[in-house]
Amino acid sequence: MDKLALLGRHGLDRLAAFGRSSMILFQALVAKPQPLMMFPLLVQQIYFVGVLSLIIIVVSGLFIGMVLGLQGYTILVDYGSEQAVGQMVALSLVRELAPVVTALLFAGRAGSALTAEIGLMKATEQLSSLEMIGVDPLRRIIAPRFWAGFICLPILSAIFAIVGVYGGALVSIDWLGIYDGSFWANMQNSVNFYEDVMNGLVKAVVFGFVVTWIAVFQGYDCIPTSEGISQATTKTVVYSSLAVLGLDFILTAVMFGEV
Amino acid sequence: MRMRVLEISVGAFILAGILALIGLALNVSGLTMSTSNGSYTVYARFENIGGLTPRAKVTMSGVTIGKVTQIDLDTDELVAKVAMEIDGNVDFLSIDSSAAILTAGLLGEQYIGVTVGAEEEYLKNGDFIEDTQSALVLEELIGKFLFNEASE
Repeated sequence: MDKLALLGRHGLDRLAAFGRSSMILFQALVAKPQPLMMFPLLVQQIYFVGVLSLIIIVVSGLFIGMVLGLQGYTILVDYGSEQAVGQMVALSLVRELAPVVTALLFAGRAGSALTAEIGLMKATEQLSSLEMIGVDPLRRIIAPRFWAGFICLPILSAIFAIVGVYGGALVSIDWLGIYDGSFWANMQNSVNFYEDVMNGLVKAVVFGFVVTWIAVFQGYDCIPTSEGISQATTKTVVYSSLAVLGLDFILTAVMFGEV
Repeated sequence: MRMRVLEISVGAFILAGILALIGLALNVSGLTMSTSNGSYTVYARFENIGGLTPRAKVTMSGVTIGKVTQIDLDTDELVAKVAMEIDGNVDFLSIDSSAAILTAGLLGEQYIGVTVGAEEEYLKNGDFIEDTQSALVLEELIGKFLFNEASE
């Protein structure tokens, strides 16, 4: 009986947390938005969340593209169809790897930073001070951070994809000696702009929404102690990674599954 | 000054994102901005389509002129009915054109090759290509070969 009660309490806690996070999201974004006052804050947050994440995104995109080119070549050369490397690299990057890996890296690089920052603001009572002087912390602190993550992830994902494709091209054309005409032609024949590129971008938009939502909520809702902040940061990374991978399967099934 | 550097880098970041998207569109997916005169659909019936799939290309002399949009079973004649979307610029397919299902390379994808006939009248939206050649199915070929060998 105790076990059952425990399960029930956990379920209720989860549901309550979900409700609180939805309320925060709604109040920060929908109720009384102030786009003009927010703009400088937004630019600042895009800098912290997006521009500073560029390096890790570009480097991992390059290496993932190169590894895909190398692995694809060693397998496809057995079947004499090594020209298909371009199509393999481009499709796997554009459809899957770019949005998913970008979102995972983004959760680790920017999501955890957002949570820690907001959590520390709460622990040092900066959020309550803001409220005291009549500034709504949801609008001043949460909303620009949320929008910044939402805007940055699709941009980062597109950069990841293009860098990865050129990394794959570098390996397969310049090092492994695949004829560059057939590399690009095969790629362009098989990749469809609307079905592949745009669907990949839609995925990135969804992941951007989910990851930043989790990050700002965990920061805002954390227990205001140093231990609480560390727990919240861990939760951000774990929950957003799980959410991204789970959602990716659902989105893929809807977009490409022909179910 | 610091705010200005920050704004410039954010601007460059967003620009890089847009450029990356354009690069994906033009370089990776081969999206062309050319203004086409729309497109029209013609149909063809095949005994056997082999591994033909929607989005396969339709070519003439190796040049892509359209794509396969739909494949379903013609319930009247019990053969496959393939809908092809032909580029509007290609409006000179005569009514006695023929369509064949070909294979790119030994293991490559299958596509439709169209050869133009001699008639003066041209195919319009919704017309059928009557002269078709089915896909080569390896098992059938081997079967025919064995049959010929046995009869000799």
